[in-house]
Amino acid sequence: MTDTGSKEQARKQRPDQARGEQFVATPLAGRQETRPQSKVGRPLVEIQKLSKSFAFRPVLRGIDLSLQAGERLALLGANGAGKTTLLRVLACLTRPSGGHALVAGLDCVHDAQEVRRLVGLVAHQPYLYEELTALENLLFFARMYGVTRGRERALSLLERVGLARRAHERVRLLSRGQVQRLALARALLHEPRLLLLDEAETGLDEAGVALLSRLLAEHIAQGGALILTTHRPEFAFQQADRLAMLKGGRIVYQAATAELELAEVRHAYQEVVG
Amino acid sequence: MNTLSALRLFYDQVLAILGKDIRYELRSKQTWLGMGLFALLVFVIFNFAFDLRVENRAAVAPGALWVAFVFASLLGLGRTFAAEREGGSLDRLLLCPVDRRAIYLAKLLGNLLFIAVVELVALPVFAALFSISLFSGELLPIVLLGTLGVAIIGTLFSAMTAVTRARELLLPLLVFPLIVPVVIAAVRATGALMLVAPNEPPWLGLLVAFDVIFLSLALLTCSYVLEE
Repeated sequence: MTDTGSKEQARKQRPDQARGEQFVATPLAGRQETRPQSKVGRPLVEIQKLSKSFAFRPVLRGIDLSLQAGERLALLGANGAGKTTLLRVLACLTRPSGGHALVAGLDCVHDAQEVRRLVGLVAHQPYLYEELTALENLLFFARMYGVTRGRERALSLLERVGLARRAHERVRLLSRGQVQRLALARALLHEPRLLLLDEAETGLDEAGVALLSRLLAEHIAQGGALILTTHRPEFAFQQADRLAMLKGGRIVYQAATAELELAEVRHAYQEVVG
Repeated sequence: MNTLSALRLFYDQVLAILGKDIRYELRSKQTWLGMGLFALLVFVIFNFAFDLRVENRAAVAPGALWVAFVFASLLGLGRTFAAEREGGSLDRLLLCPVDRRAIYLAKLLGNLLFIAVVELVALPVFAALFSISLFSGELLPIVLLGTLGVAIIGTLFSAMTAVTRARELLLPLLVFPLIVPVVIAAVRATGALMLVAPNEPPWLGLLVAFDVIFLSLALLTCSYVLEE
């Protein structure tokens, strides 16, 4: 598929032409060929007909998605579109009402404990223990995950996220950006294969975003995969290989970033968000 | 992972959560101070509210003691999971591959410890205000078993009500009816230490049976309670 052809295909799949129906654009054939062989095979994440309702109010309606190891997917959509719920299902924090979500072939409901070992989550709220120090937080979660040589791992991660000098300070004394960096370190503590980022760039300054990008690139280079949600099309465009936009619990737009211009992403996002 | 390593990991996780809760409480001082002050205030109010002549003391004192312990315990029990939920950190705890029974057991042990500390401070004050000597060896198992019974039920329902908006109201409404047998047994067993009565049923036995039955039920149901 030529570059012009794929862009044309992406344009054809714009949400204004979808008329509210779910459709899945897959202009990914060109990218499949460039992927390393080890990354091709059974997808790391397989989501089939996934639905979730809260008190009879549907939040996810028949989501189908798959993600290979080494791949980066960005989910965009307005508030309430179902992005966070989708991540919570993959993190085994919420049980789906229907369909299946598999991580490395393991079911997020029936094999939840095994899936939890494979998944790391960073949310826009850091959810750390404020009265504990940065190091104590990481040591606690290292024990929860049964990380061997947890102290060494925690100290090394604090160094990587630029918090080594503040390791012994209580979390409530750290700035918003530093707390978010610490949350990122915690998510990487057990070396997850799938990293879920729910508006993780929130509260990070330019240097923080650069650090996040670097850590994500390292994670991908090590064979991991990531799914991120964001309200910033440019961030999604920079960080992801593939974009999926949700509206009313359905995927209404999906395309590879390599085959799009940033302006097209912005335009599609505006149309989805309304 | 073999059974021995799984068991070791389970106990390590229980100790880690318990250690974290103790450290957190020592630094924030949110629960212990409130519980302790509340228990002392109840003793003072009862001291003024009731006629504490010698012949009345044995009838009033055990009730006053357990009312103070139960109400003070509920203050702390309500905070067990609510504090984690408010900070959102319970989600992060549930995100970890931790056996939900380990979380429940750690929270139960933490509550037991917090209540025991409050009781340790409150008992001498109670003895002084009511002019009663309570320091017999027989009181220890009654207090321990009674407190355990309250903590078992309170910890489970604290997890259940933590997601509700009216948890402060809901927790006592759910817990009080279930701990009635514990309160009756504990009050009567404590009373029997002060005034020996003939043909008293084995109240300690009732406390043991209650604790064993409800601890088993709590361990069986805590996974559903924490995850749903």
